[in-house]
Amino acid sequence: MSVELDVFVGNTTIMDKEVYQLWLNGYTVNDAVKVRIEGGIMEECEASAEVLLSDTMDQYRTFQMCERLLHHPAKLANQLLFQIPPDRQAMLIERYYAFDDAFVREVLGKKLSKGTKKDLDDVSAKTGIMLKSCRRQFDNFKRVFKVVEELKGPLVENIRQHFLLPDQLARDYAAIVFFANNRFETGKKKLQYLTFHDFAFCAGQLINHWTVGAVDNMMDDMDVDLDKEFLQDLKDLKILITDKDLLDQHKSLVCTALRGKTNVFNEMEANFKNLSRSLVNIAAKLINAKDVRDFFIDLVEKFIEPCRSDKWTSIDVNLYLIHYTNSVHILDTFKHHGVWNRYMGVIKSCILRMYHE
Amino acid sequence: MPGKLKAKIVAGRHLPVMDRASDLTDAFVEVKFGNTTFKTDVYPKSLNPQWNSEWFKFEVDDKDLQDEPLQITVLDHDIYSANDAIGKVYIDIDPLLCSEAATVISGWLPIYDTIHGIRGEINVLVKVDLFNDLNRFRQSSCGVKFFCTTSIPRCYRAVMVHGFVEELVVNEDPEYQWIDRIRTPRASNEARQRLIFLMSGELQRKIGLKVLEMGGNAVVGYLQCFDLEGETGLVVRAIGTACTLEKISTLTSASTTHPSNSSPSKDMKEPIFGEEAPGNPLFSGPPTPLRVQTFSSFSPSKSYSRQSSSSDTELSLTPKTARIYLSPSSPALESESSPLPSAYLPRHLWPGMASRCTTPPPLHVSQSDTAILRKSVSFSEELLLAASGMGSGGSAGKDAGPLKALMRQQTQSALEQREYPFFTLTSFPPGFLLHVGGVVNARSVKLLDRIHNPDEPETRDAWWEEIRQEIKCHAKALGCHAVVGYSESTSICEEVCILSASGTAVILGSRFMQDGPLDTDHRLSRQPLVFSTGAERVEGDMGSSISLGFEEVAPPGCGFCHIPYDELNIPFPAQLTNCYCCRRYKVPDVLFTTIDLPTEANITGKGCLIQARLCRTKKKAQGEGNATAISNLLPFLEYELHTQLMNKLKLRGMNALFGLRIQISVGETMLLGLASATGVYLTALPSPGGIQIAGKTPSDITYEQHISNMQKKINDTIAKNKEIYEVNPPEFVEEVIGSPIPEPRQRSRLFRSQSESSDDVSELDLSYGKKDAFVLEIDDTDAVEDIHALLTDFPTPPGFYSCNTEIMPGIQNWTSAIQMFTSVRVFRLNNANLTNQGLNKIFSELCENLLKSFYFKLRSMVPCCLCHLNFTVAIPEDELIQVAVTAVAMSFDKEQTLENGRQSGDKTLIKAITENDEQLQFSLELNAELSSPNPLSSTKGLSDVSGSHLSARASSLEKASPLPEGRSRSLRRNRSYSGSSVAVVKMTPLSLLPGAKIIKYLGIINMFFIRETTSLREEGGVSGFLHTFIAEVFAMVRAHVAALGGNAVVSYSMKECVFMENPNKNQAQCLINVSGDAVIFVRESELEATSVQPQSATTQTSNGGEGT
Repeated sequence: MSVELDVFVGNTTIMDKEVYQLWLNGYTVNDAVKVRIEGGIMEECEASAEVLLSDTMDQYRTFQMCERLLHHPAKLANQLLFQIPPDRQAMLIERYYAFDDAFVREVLGKKLSKGTKKDLDDVSAKTGIMLKSCRRQFDNFKRVFKVVEELKGPLVENIRQHFLLPDQLARDYAAIVFFANNRFETGKKKLQYLTFHDFAFCAGQLINHWTVGAVDNMMDDMDVDLDKEFLQDLKDLKILITDKDLLDQHKSLVCTALRGKTNVFNEMEANFKNLSRSLVNIAAKLINAKDVRDFFIDLVEKFIEPCRSDKWTSIDVNLYLIHYTNSVHILDTFKHHGVWNRYMGVIKSCILRMYHE
Repeated sequence: MPGKLKAKIVAGRHLPVMDRASDLTDAFVEVKFGNTTFKTDVYPKSLNPQWNSEWFKFEVDDKDLQDEPLQITVLDHDIYSANDAIGKVYIDIDPLLCSEAATVISGWLPIYDTIHGIRGEINVLVKVDLFNDLNRFRQSSCGVKFFCTTSIPRCYRAVMVHGFVEELVVNEDPEYQWIDRIRTPRASNEARQRLIFLMSGELQRKIGLKVLEMGGNAVVGYLQCFDLEGETGLVVRAIGTACTLEKISTLTSASTTHPSNSSPSKDMKEPIFGEEAPGNPLFSGPPTPLRVQTFSSFSPSKSYSRQSSSSDTELSLTPKTARIYLSPSSPALESESSPLPSAYLPRHLWPGMASRCTTPPPLHVSQSDTAILRKSVSFSEELLLAASGMGSGGSAGKDAGPLKALMRQQTQSALEQREYPFFTLTSFPPGFLLHVGGVVNARSVKLLDRIHNPDEPETRDAWWEEIRQEIKCHAKALGCHAVVGYSESTSICEEVCILSASGTAVILGSRFMQDGPLDTDHRLSRQPLVFSTGAERVEGDMGSSISLGFEEVAPPGCGFCHIPYDELNIPFPAQLTNCYCCRRYKVPDVLFTTIDLPTEANITGKGCLIQARLCRTKKKAQGEGNATAISNLLPFLEYELHTQLMNKLKLRGMNALFGLRIQISVGETMLLGLASATGVYLTALPSPGGIQIAGKTPSDITYEQHISNMQKKINDTIAKNKEIYEVNPPEFVEEVIGSPIPEPRQRSRLFRSQSESSDDVSELDLSYGKKDAFVLEIDDTDAVEDIHALLTDFPTPPGFYSCNTEIMPGIQNWTSAIQMFTSVRVFRLNNANLTNQGLNKIFSELCENLLKSFYFKLRSMVPCCLCHLNFTVAIPEDELIQVAVTAVAMSFDKEQTLENGRQSGDKTLIKAITENDEQLQFSLELNAELSSPNPLSSTKGLSDVSGSHLSARASSLEKASPLPEGRSRSLRRNRSYSGSSVAVVKMTPLSLLPGAKIIKYLGIINMFFIRETTSLREEGGVSGFLHTFIAEVFAMVRAHVAALGGNAVVSYSMKECVFMENPNKNQAQCLINVSGDAVIFVRESELEATSVQPQSATTQTSNGGEGT
């Protein structure tokens, strides 16, 4: 004796958030039933395991049917098959496109290719996230990437409109797309202490200030690539370290401003030239794609680690960077104030974000 | 000649990729009506083509307009090979033919393919210019309104209820034609879909003609069914109630529409609703001249001339009895019936009526053992009816002049034959129903034969006539002259077909049939108070009855319970008592009906769903043998079902059943019986006694103990149920509580097996209040099992109620949150050697588990009630049991007191009356709005209009809203939907939407779909396949309603769900037929909400995609 067929279809599609999450997390029907039973729902609703199984199967089926619509969330709003209230639609989309920080940290900056997808079982093993869920998240990244890659206009806005994602999630996806496009290195051991949100913040800074769209919204170019012209101009900053006078002048200006305001003044003074060289060198090298990839590792190795070994607090770092940036404007022979500000603005906020004491 | 159909193809979207190379589609559209086809240009390389075609005009006969659907085919253009079909859309243009319904069909409709399901959508515009055809001999019946709703539709009032209309058309099933062997499954499915569309159109037209003939303008309670007979053909049949309806705005001028202007002949079928003595309804002089004319127009010749053009046989009058058929069932049945002389027939009819098919309240149960005996008698009676249909009985009876009784019977039947006083309605305005007799019910087993001439479906017609005749006789036996809540159904297995009909025998108030308007009943708001003590209630009732001025001063709260039959000459043994409300008239101890609980009825506590479930094994057999076997089983099945119902009713401490629906399904090796009803405690009826268990073989102590344990369990259950359903009978019952354990002589006994004692059968207790307990005698293991089964019914979890009537008796304060759902389960019995008991258990568990699943799934809606729970059982193949359920879950507010509910109800009622005028104007404006060419804006426009127009009254309505604050959130959610690109369409099997007003009926929705797959596994197995299909059907219904400009479907039902699978071949096929009424509703409490413009603006933008 067995139930051969069992369906339940509501005029308004009934979806249980909890089951949806289990489905998204890649649980099988039977595992999901176990989880639900452990959650105590049986006692709560006087339900039997049989009822739970039937309900779970039903919901899983519904989600599977919805999945193709979720790949194009705009379709969900004007499809006729499921009558889903708008707030539910938003919930479905948001959760479908949500990702695990642990997972995204693993693939951030990697090429969203078939090769990477093949390695997902390793990622799954490492993070403890089910392979099915990993695949979904990876496919989401890839899908968003493919769609916005070719689109003009602001990246975040494009993602939000095409995938109907809430603002924060759209920004996160923008970061993921941006990282994937520029192939930033994030996997090195030295970078492990950084969270996805640190990177996402930095990506936001880069997108807002260093891309073509950042300067001119009307530009036909995309938000996903760094402004080549700007990168070219960054080379001009080299004068700050190549010209001895300028370097000394800069140092004295900064030191004057900092004196007495921090406990690590001596270290700052001693390291000034090294740090300044590092920052300007990073800037000068960004024209090479290879060095763009190493942007974060460079920041950590060349700036953050020396500071940290000298026990700077983030207040110190902030103070230092403010004066380091502003003092340049007092230098008479320095002409590239625009580029400097555009560069240092981003560098400062990135370093501050990445500076974990 | 008299109609111009115009169609315009605007655009398509979400089309499937047809060209693998380019991942695009070169789509074009063929628009076909009748034999004319137009084509759009090819819109190359797009999945979202913009055709923006010209208007395609079809100049057609209005008969064709009614019969044919507009067929839109979307194809992919292919230069090298044949064009590939993407899918089709059938548009029923019937709603456009009625001036009061929709004016335009405009919107996105799903493109449907029987193999692939929905494949994108197409935006179309369809209009009809209709020229009036006043030709007397016309074959069209444009303008007759059809409603599935089984009550007078809100926003209409009935000027006249004319009565029963029925029709059936037959055809060969394309699936079984020889050509099916060479054509593709798709072609075969499409041929079938199209044929059924055509047949339903034709059927509707023919019914419409009959309605016009009767002088009516509408059919209410329209019930259309398909019989997929297989080899022998396809029958589409329909029944309904012809009415003259009038828009409620003209309420004040009731006299203007008095049917005095209609020609006498048109009133031929007007039923007789006199308060004359039962059993002689036709000859008692009807007061109006119309009635006399009715009579005189009974000349066959006249009727023939009128109907000469039409092929149907319905109007053939007296000669009908003498018609000679070759009944296919004759060989099997005749053999048994032939020994009985035909003259024996009428005499035999009487006992038969009272026993087999009538299931009047206390019949089988209180009647005890003789029921068994009668069963056999009744069975032979059934045979007799069959025999009479064969030309011997009927005509012979007519000739048998000497027998007076027979003569009377026959003449009457000859007259009544074409005039069934049947009504498919299930709820009525107060006062319409005078007395309710009980359920009448008839079945017959037939062997299907090939229908030789589809234009003369004589046999099928004759079969139904027999059944109806029988029903009518049963009603008469109960002293009633009319049958309400009437329905017909079939169950087919191979070549055996069980025809069933059931209804409730009643006496109707004649005043209402003549000049009293059948007001739209606002049932939700008019629900009477049931809280007060008995004494108070009696007073109140008496007062109101006087004011209403009935012919018989019958209190509305209990009047319908009073027995219609003579108390000294009861047609069956029953326990009569004085009415507990008015104490003046006699009432039975239990009352079974197929109708909804009358609004004015006094009830105590709440109601609940009661189901009797039964499985009976049967030997595999062929042809006549099979038919005989089934016929033999049927009476037992019905008896057992009845017993179960009665026991379960007692177990819940209730005394009446409403909405009773008994379904018997036949399979190769078993019969399934499922009886569903809603039990209530009618205040007017005596309190039911408990259930007593009596052991037959005492001796053993453990056995005694066992029995007393069981007795305790039963008593506990009754007590618990009384608490759950708040069944606290009024105080004065206490007076008689003196005899808790009744004396043996007053007991009515229920014996499981044939027992010897029959002394107490006709024992009548005329002194009111003598309670009697129900005795269950345990004499075999079967009985023990039965009692166990009785007790294993899963109690509804807290916060849930369930009923199969429209709304739950005893609950008033509904919120607007509703959730309609359809659930289908198929159960495989792997073990072929199951006993009846084992089968019963499985079947019962299957139903219980389904209910449990619903409670679980809908737990977020608590407190809520599952209303209109409609179970349909089928045996798709050997060892498979299929149960399909459609119902609606409605939330209600627990905190709000009944008093408040009543107050608000009254207010809404007043409002409804005062607003009627405005409403009409309002809906007209909506019309204009809807005809705007932009289809997407139509629904938006609607809500805007409603907002601005009604906001003025919103504040006053606010108080009337039964919605608590807590629900406002969900409300807003619903409303914000209308701003999104897909308009929300509510669906409900009820005729009403709580907290909302239906302002316009747009026409009937009647759709038939076939879905087939050859990749079952890939589509998620049988469940995945059916899940998708049902979702698709919902989507198509919603889309068509939205295209008509509606925002809801009421009285929705899934009448057919035939599922067949062949997992070995990876194939499955399913047929679904759904129907309902498309309406526009305005939410009362939403009126003020929509007036807040900024709010709606924000929701719209959020739908625009910004997210929240």
